Amino acid sequence: MDHAAEGHEPVVREEEAIQHPLGVYFKIWILLFVLSAMSYAVDYYQVQGYLRWFLILFFMVLKAGLIIAVFMHMVWERLAMVYFILLPPVLLLTLVAIGSLEADWTFFQRGVYFLKELIIVAPTAPHH
Amino acid sequence: MSTETMASDSLELKPGMAGFFDDWGSDQRAFKGVPWGKAMMWIFLVSDTFIFGCFLASYMTVRMSALEPWPSASEVFALSFGGAPIPLILIAIMTFVLITSSGTMALAVNYGYRKNKWVTFWLLFATALLGATFVGMQVFEWSKLILEEGVRPWGNPMGAAQFGSVFFMVTGFHGFHVSIGVIFLFIFSYKVARGHLDDQTPGWFTKRGGNYEEIEILGLYWHFVDLVWVFIFAFFYLW
Repeated sequence: MDHAAEGHEPVVREEEAIQHPLGVYFKIWILLFVLSAMSYAVDYYQVQGYLRWFLILFFMVLKAGLIIAVFMHMVWERLAMVYFILLPPVLLLTLVAIGSLEADWTFFQRGVYFLKELIIVAPTAPHH
Repeated sequence: MSTETMASDSLELKPGMAGFFDDWGSDQRAFKGVPWGKAMMWIFLVSDTFIFGCFLASYMTVRMSALEPWPSASEVFALSFGGAPIPLILIAIMTFVLITSSGTMALAVNYGYRKNKWVTFWLLFATALLGATFVGMQVFEWSKLILEEGVRPWGNPMGAAQFGSVFFMVTGFHGFHVSIGVIFLFIFSYKVARGHLDDQTPGWFTKRGGNYEEIEILGLYWHFVDLVWVFIFAFFYLW
Protein backbone atom coordinates (compact mmCIF):
# COMPACT_ATOMS: atom_id res chain seq x y z
CA MET A 1 0.00 0.00 0.00
CA ASP A 2 0.94 3.57 -0.53
CA HIS A 3 1.05 4.36 3.17
CA ALA A 4 3.27 1.41 3.90
CA ALA A 5 5.78 2.75 1.39
CA GLU A 6 5.60 6.15 3.06
CA GLY A 7 6.48 4.51 6.32
CA HIS A 8 10.10 4.59 5.23
CA GLU A 9 10.04 8.31 4.53
CA PRO A 10 11.30 9.75 7.82
CA VAL A 11 14.76 8.22 7.82
CA VAL A 12 16.24 11.68 8.21
CA ARG A 13 13.84 12.49 11.02
CA GLU A 14 14.79 9.38 12.92
CA GLU A 15 18.43 10.33 12.87
CA GLU A 16 17.49 13.78 14.10
CA ALA A 17 15.45 12.25 16.87
CA ILE A 18 18.31 10.03 17.94
CA GLN A 19 20.44 13.10 18.31
CA HIS A 20 18.26 14.43 21.11
CA PRO A 21 20.53 13.61 24.02
CA LEU A 22 18.92 11.72 26.88
CA GLY A 23 20.23 14.26 29.36
CA VAL A 24 17.72 16.86 28.15
CA TYR A 25 14.82 14.59 29.07
CA PHE A 26 16.22 13.85 32.53
CA LYS A 27 16.78 17.54 33.23
CA ILE A 28 13.26 18.45 32.17
CA TRP A 29 11.90 15.55 34.18
CA ILE A 30 13.64 16.77 37.34
CA LEU A 31 12.50 20.34 36.66
CA LEU A 32 8.89 19.16 36.32
CA PHE A 33 9.18 17.39 39.66
CA VAL A 34 10.57 20.49 41.33
CA LEU A 35 7.92 22.75 39.81
CA SER A 36 5.13 20.38 40.86
CA ALA A 37 6.51 20.26 44.37
CA MET A 38 6.61 24.04 44.44
CA SER A 39 3.03 24.42 43.23
CA TYR A 40 1.96 21.92 45.86
CA ALA A 41 3.90 23.93 48.44
CA VAL A 42 1.75 26.95 47.54
CA ASP A 43 -1.22 25.05 48.88
CA TYR A 44 0.61 23.31 51.70
CA TYR A 45 1.85 26.56 53.20
CA GLN A 46 -1.51 28.20 52.44
CA VAL A 47 -0.15 31.16 50.51
CA GLN A 48 -3.19 33.36 49.89
CA GLY A 49 -4.35 36.30 47.81
CA TYR A 50 -2.74 37.61 44.65
CA LEU A 51 0.57 35.95 45.46
CA ARG A 52 -1.17 32.55 45.45
CA TRP A 53 -2.80 33.15 42.07
CA PHE A 54 0.41 34.48 40.62
CA LEU A 55 2.46 31.50 41.84
CA ILE A 56 -0.12 28.95 40.66
CA LEU A 57 -0.22 30.46 37.17
CA PHE A 58 3.54 30.92 37.08
CA PHE A 59 4.31 27.28 37.89
CA MET A 60 1.50 26.11 35.62
CA VAL A 61 2.83 28.03 32.61
CA LEU A 62 6.39 26.83 33.24
CA LYS A 63 5.31 23.20 33.52
CA ALA A 64 3.07 23.34 30.46
CA GLY A 65 5.80 25.08 28.49
CA LEU A 66 8.42 22.47 29.37
CA ILE A 67 6.12 19.58 28.51
CA ILE A 68 5.12 21.06 25.15
CA ALA A 69 8.58 22.29 24.21
CA VAL A 70 10.67 19.26 25.09
CA PHE A 71 8.51 16.21 25.79
CA MET A 72 6.26 16.94 22.81
CA HIS A 73 9.28 17.95 20.70
CA MET A 74 7.92 21.37 19.82
CA VAL A 75 11.35 23.03 19.84
CA TRP A 76 12.44 20.67 17.09
CA GLU A 77 9.40 21.19 14.86
CA ARG A 78 9.13 23.54 11.89
CA LEU A 79 7.34 26.85 12.42
CA ALA A 80 4.51 25.83 10.04
CA MET A 81 3.55 23.20 12.59
CA VAL A 82 4.34 25.18 15.75
CA TYR A 83 2.06 28.09 14.84
CA PHE A 84 -0.72 25.77 13.70
CA ILE A 85 -0.69 24.17 17.15
CA LEU A 86 -0.01 27.07 19.49
CA LEU A 87 -1.98 29.94 17.96
CA PRO A 88 -5.57 28.57 17.74
CA PRO A 89 -5.84 27.86 21.50
CA VAL A 90 -5.21 31.58 22.12
CA LEU A 91 -8.80 32.05 20.92
CA LEU A 92 -9.92 30.40 24.15
CA LEU A 93 -9.11 33.71 25.85
CA THR A 94 -12.15 35.13 24.04
CA LEU A 95 -14.29 32.47 25.65
CA VAL A 96 -12.76 33.25 29.03
CA ALA A 97 -13.52 36.95 28.55
CA ILE A 98 -17.14 36.28 27.52
CA GLY A 99 -17.52 33.80 30.37
CA SER A 100 -16.29 36.19 33.00
CA LEU A 101 -18.55 39.00 31.73
CA GLU A 102 -21.52 36.67 31.85
CA ALA A 103 -20.55 35.29 35.25
CA ASP A 104 -20.38 38.79 36.76
CA TRP A 105 -23.82 39.59 35.37
CA THR A 106 -25.28 36.30 36.64
CA PHE A 107 -23.74 36.88 40.05
CA PHE A 108 -25.21 40.37 40.19
CA GLN A 109 -28.65 39.13 39.11
CA ARG A 110 -28.59 36.33 41.66
CA GLY A 111 -27.57 38.78 44.34
CA VAL A 112 -30.46 41.07 43.47
CA TYR A 113 -32.93 38.19 43.29
CA PHE A 114 -31.96 36.57 46.57
CA LEU A 115 -31.68 39.89 48.34
CA LYS A 116 -35.21 40.73 47.23
CA GLU A 117 -36.41 37.38 48.47
CA LEU A 118 -34.66 37.95 51.77
CA ILE A 119 -36.02 41.45 52.37
CA ILE A 120 -39.51 41.37 50.85
CA VAL A 121 -40.62 37.76 50.55
CA ALA A 122 -39.01 36.17 53.56
CA PRO A 123 -40.93 37.99 56.36
CA THR A 124 -44.34 37.14 54.85
CA ALA A 125 -43.63 33.66 53.50
CA PRO A 126 -41.52 31.52 55.85
CA HIS A 127 -38.67 29.39 54.55
CA HIS A 128 -39.71 26.22 52.80
CA MET B 1 5.15 10.41 -7.43
CA SER B 2 5.51 10.43 -3.68
CA THR B 3 9.30 10.16 -3.96
CA GLU B 4 9.31 13.21 -6.27
CA THR B 5 7.38 15.23 -3.72
CA MET B 6 9.71 14.19 -0.97
CA ALA B 7 12.78 15.04 -3.01
CA SER B 8 11.52 18.55 -3.76
CA ASP B 9 10.47 18.95 -0.11
CA SER B 10 13.87 18.19 1.27
CA LEU B 11 15.59 20.41 -1.30
CA GLU B 12 13.63 23.55 -0.60
CA LEU B 13 13.07 23.49 3.17
CA LYS B 14 13.94 26.88 4.59
CA PRO B 15 14.31 27.66 8.27
CA GLY B 16 12.45 30.30 10.27
CA MET B 17 9.65 32.56 9.08
CA ALA B 18 10.64 32.20 5.41
CA GLY B 19 10.14 28.49 5.87
CA PHE B 20 6.79 29.09 7.56
CA PHE B 21 5.43 31.05 4.59
CA ASP B 22 6.98 28.62 2.12
CA ASP B 23 5.47 25.59 3.85
CA TRP B 24 1.99 27.04 4.13
CA GLY B 25 2.11 28.52 0.65
CA SER B 26 3.32 25.31 -0.93
CA ASP B 27 1.33 22.80 -2.90
CA GLN B 28 -0.07 19.58 -1.44
CA ARG B 29 1.22 19.60 2.11
CA ALA B 30 1.97 22.22 4.73
CA PHE B 31 3.70 20.03 7.30
CA LYS B 32 6.97 19.11 5.60
CA GLY B 33 8.79 16.04 6.78
CA VAL B 34 6.09 15.26 9.32
CA PRO B 35 4.54 11.78 9.10
CA TRP B 36 0.83 12.14 8.44
CA GLY B 37 -0.06 10.15 11.55
CA LYS B 38 1.75 12.70 13.67
CA ALA B 39 0.07 15.64 11.93
CA MET B 40 -3.30 13.95 12.48
CA MET B 41 -2.53 13.39 16.16
CA TRP B 42 -1.69 17.06 16.53
CA ILE B 43 -4.93 18.08 14.82
CA PHE B 44 -6.81 15.84 17.25
CA LEU B 45 -4.91 17.27 20.21
CA VAL B 46 -5.64 20.87 19.17
CA SER B 47 -9.35 20.00 18.98
CA ASP B 48 -9.10 18.27 22.35
CA THR B 49 -7.51 21.43 23.73
CA PHE B 50 -10.71 23.24 22.82
CA ILE B 51 -12.84 20.64 24.58
CA PHE B 52 -10.88 20.96 27.82
CA GLY B 53 -10.67 24.71 27.28
CA CYS B 54 -14.46 24.85 27.14
CA PHE B 55 -14.72 22.79 30.33
CA LEU B 56 -12.33 25.03 32.20
CA ALA B 57 -13.93 28.23 30.88
CA SER B 58 -17.38 27.06 31.96
CA TYR B 59 -15.92 26.03 35.31
CA MET B 60 -14.65 29.59 35.71
CA THR B 61 -18.08 30.94 34.76
CA VAL B 62 -20.05 28.84 37.25
CA ARG B 63 -17.54 29.39 40.02
CA MET B 64 -17.55 33.16 39.55
CA SER B 65 -21.34 33.29 39.53
CA ALA B 66 -21.91 31.01 42.53
CA LEU B 67 -23.37 32.75 45.57
CA GLU B 68 -22.45 30.06 48.06
CA PRO B 69 -18.79 29.71 48.97
CA TRP B 70 -16.78 27.32 46.83
CA PRO B 71 -15.62 24.24 48.80
CA SER B 72 -11.93 24.32 49.63
CA ALA B 73 -10.22 21.67 47.52
CA SER B 74 -7.34 21.74 49.97
CA GLU B 75 -9.62 20.34 52.68
CA VAL B 76 -11.89 18.19 50.51
CA PHE B 77 -8.94 16.27 49.10
CA ALA B 78 -6.97 16.00 52.31
CA LEU B 79 -6.00 12.57 53.58
CA SER B 80 -4.65 11.47 56.92
CA PHE B 81 -2.22 8.62 57.32
CA GLY B 82 -2.79 8.03 61.00
CA GLY B 83 -2.00 11.62 61.99
CA ALA B 84 -3.44 15.01 61.13
CA PRO B 85 -4.91 15.27 57.61
CA ILE B 86 -2.37 16.43 55.02
CA PRO B 87 -3.97 18.92 52.62
CA LEU B 88 -4.40 17.86 48.99
CA ILE B 89 -1.93 15.02 49.45
CA LEU B 90 -3.77 12.52 47.22
CA ILE B 91 -3.80 14.97 44.31
CA ALA B 92 -0.14 15.76 44.84
CA ILE B 93 0.75 12.06 44.65
CA MET B 94 -1.38 11.68 41.52
CA THR B 95 0.45 14.63 39.97
CA PHE B 96 3.82 13.05 40.68
CA VAL B 97 2.68 9.69 39.31
CA LEU B 98 1.56 11.32 36.08
CA ILE B 99 4.76 13.33 35.70
CA THR B 100 6.83 10.22 36.30
CA SER B 101 4.85 8.45 33.58
CA SER B 102 5.46 11.38 31.24
CA GLY B 103 9.19 11.02 31.85
CA THR B 104 9.20 7.29 31.11
CA MET B 105 7.15 7.97 27.98
CA ALA B 106 9.60 10.58 26.73
CA LEU B 107 12.45 8.12 27.24
CA ALA B 108 10.45 5.38 25.48
CA VAL B 109 10.12 7.59 22.39
CA ASN B 110 13.85 8.28 22.45
CA TYR B 111 14.81 4.62 22.85
CA GLY B 112 12.27 3.71 20.18
CA TYR B 113 14.07 5.89 17.66
CA ARG B 114 17.29 4.18 18.73
CA LYS B 115 15.52 0.91 17.86
CA ASN B 116 16.30 -0.43 21.31
CA LYS B 117 13.39 -2.83 21.49
CA TRP B 118 13.52 -4.05 25.10
CA VAL B 119 14.29 -0.76 26.78
CA THR B 120 11.42 0.76 24.79
CA PHE B 121 9.16 -2.08 25.88
CA TRP B 122 9.96 -1.74 29.58
CA LEU B 123 9.59 2.03 29.49
CA LEU B 124 6.21 1.76 27.74
CA PHE B 125 5.12 -0.92 30.17
CA ALA B 126 6.17 1.23 33.13
CA THR B 127 4.26 4.17 31.64
CA ALA B 128 1.16 1.99 31.31
CA LEU B 129 1.45 0.80 34.91
CA LEU B 130 1.90 4.34 36.20
CA GLY B 131 -1.12 5.43 34.16
CA ALA B 132 -3.15 2.58 35.61
CA THR B 133 -2.00 3.64 39.10
CA PHE B 134 -3.27 7.14 38.38
CA VAL B 135 -6.66 5.83 37.28
CA GLY B 136 -6.80 3.61 40.35
CA MET B 137 -6.15 6.56 42.63
CA GLN B 138 -8.83 8.49 40.81
CA VAL B 139 -11.30 5.68 41.41
CA PHE B 140 -10.39 5.88 45.11
CA GLU B 141 -10.85 9.65 45.06
CA TRP B 142 -14.24 9.43 43.37
CA SER B 143 -15.58 6.70 45.63
CA LYS B 144 -14.41 8.57 48.72
CA LEU B 145 -16.11 11.74 47.53
CA ILE B 146 -19.34 10.01 46.50
CA LEU B 147 -19.71 7.57 49.38
CA GLU B 148 -18.13 9.34 52.34
CA GLU B 149 -18.45 13.04 51.58
CA GLY B 150 -21.78 12.80 49.76
CA VAL B 151 -20.71 14.87 46.77
CA ARG B 152 -23.18 14.71 43.88
CA PRO B 153 -23.26 16.48 40.50
CA TRP B 154 -26.22 18.51 41.80
CA GLY B 155 -25.02 19.29 45.29
CA ASN B 156 -22.69 18.65 48.19
CA PRO B 157 -22.56 19.37 51.93
CA MET B 158 -19.51 21.66 51.69
CA GLY B 159 -20.80 24.60 49.67
CA ALA B 160 -21.63 25.62 46.11
CA ALA B 161 -23.57 22.90 44.28
CA GLN B 162 -21.62 23.51 41.06
CA PHE B 163 -18.48 22.07 42.70
CA GLY B 164 -19.72 18.52 42.16
CA SER B 165 -20.77 18.92 38.54
CA VAL B 166 -17.49 20.56 37.59
CA PHE B 167 -15.48 17.98 39.49
CA PHE B 168 -17.15 14.95 37.90
CA MET B 169 -17.18 16.46 34.43
CA VAL B 170 -13.59 17.67 34.30
CA THR B 171 -11.78 14.90 36.18
CA GLY B 172 -14.07 12.30 34.61
CA PHE B 173 -13.22 13.40 31.12
CA HIS B 174 -9.55 13.55 31.97
CA GLY B 175 -9.66 10.13 33.62
CA PHE B 176 -11.33 8.76 30.50
CA HIS B 177 -8.43 10.11 28.42
CA VAL B 178 -5.93 8.48 30.77
CA SER B 179 -7.77 5.15 30.59
CA ILE B 180 -7.75 5.16 26.78
CA GLY B 181 -4.05 6.05 26.92
CA VAL B 182 -3.33 3.13 29.27
CA ILE B 183 -5.09 0.71 26.90
CA PHE B 184 -3.00 1.94 23.96
CA LEU B 185 0.18 1.83 26.02
CA PHE B 186 -0.45 -1.84 26.76
CA ILE B 187 -1.24 -2.52 23.09
CA PHE B 188 1.96 -0.85 21.99
CA SER B 189 4.09 -2.54 24.66
CA TYR B 190 2.82 -5.79 23.17
CA LYS B 191 3.57 -4.65 19.62
CA VAL B 192 7.08 -3.55 20.58
CA ALA B 193 7.80 -6.78 22.46
CA ARG B 194 6.56 -8.90 19.56
CA GLY B 195 8.83 -6.95 17.20
CA HIS B 196 5.95 -5.58 15.13
CA LEU B 197 7.65 -2.22 14.83
CA ASP B 198 11.02 -3.68 13.85
CA ASP B 199 9.48 -6.00 11.26
CA GLN B 200 6.99 -3.38 10.03
CA THR B 201 4.14 -5.81 10.62
CA PRO B 202 0.86 -4.26 9.42
CA GLY B 203 -1.45 -3.24 12.25
CA TRP B 204 -4.77 -5.08 12.51
CA PHE B 205 -6.80 -1.89 12.16
CA THR B 206 -4.84 0.52 9.96
CA LYS B 207 -2.93 -2.12 7.96
CA ARG B 208 0.06 0.22 7.99
CA GLY B 209 3.50 -1.21 8.51
CA GLY B 210 4.70 -0.85 12.09
CA ASN B 211 7.22 1.90 12.75
CA TYR B 212 8.80 3.47 15.81
CA GLU B 213 7.20 6.80 14.83
CA GLU B 214 4.05 5.33 16.27
CA ILE B 215 5.66 5.49 19.70
CA GLU B 216 6.25 9.21 19.24
CA ILE B 217 2.61 9.69 18.18
CA LEU B 218 1.40 7.73 21.20
CA GLY B 219 3.80 9.82 23.29
CA LEU B 220 2.20 13.03 22.03
CA TYR B 221 -1.17 11.81 23.27
CA TRP B 222 0.24 10.76 26.63
CA HIS B 223 2.07 14.03 27.21
CA PHE B 224 -1.11 15.87 26.30
CA VAL B 225 -2.95 13.99 29.03
CA ASP B 226 -0.25 15.11 31.46
CA LEU B 227 -0.48 18.63 30.10
CA VAL B 228 -4.23 18.80 30.70
CA TRP B 229 -3.63 17.63 34.26
CA VAL B 230 -1.26 20.56 34.80
CA PHE B 231 -4.14 22.92 34.04
CA ILE B 232 -6.71 20.96 36.05
CA PHE B 233 -4.32 20.80 39.00
CA ALA B 234 -3.76 24.55 38.88
CA PHE B 235 -7.30 25.76 38.24
CA PHE B 236 -9.46 23.19 39.99
CA TYR B 237 -7.35 21.90 42.86
CA LEU B 238 -5.09 24.82 43.76
CA TRP B 239 -7.15 27.90 42.87
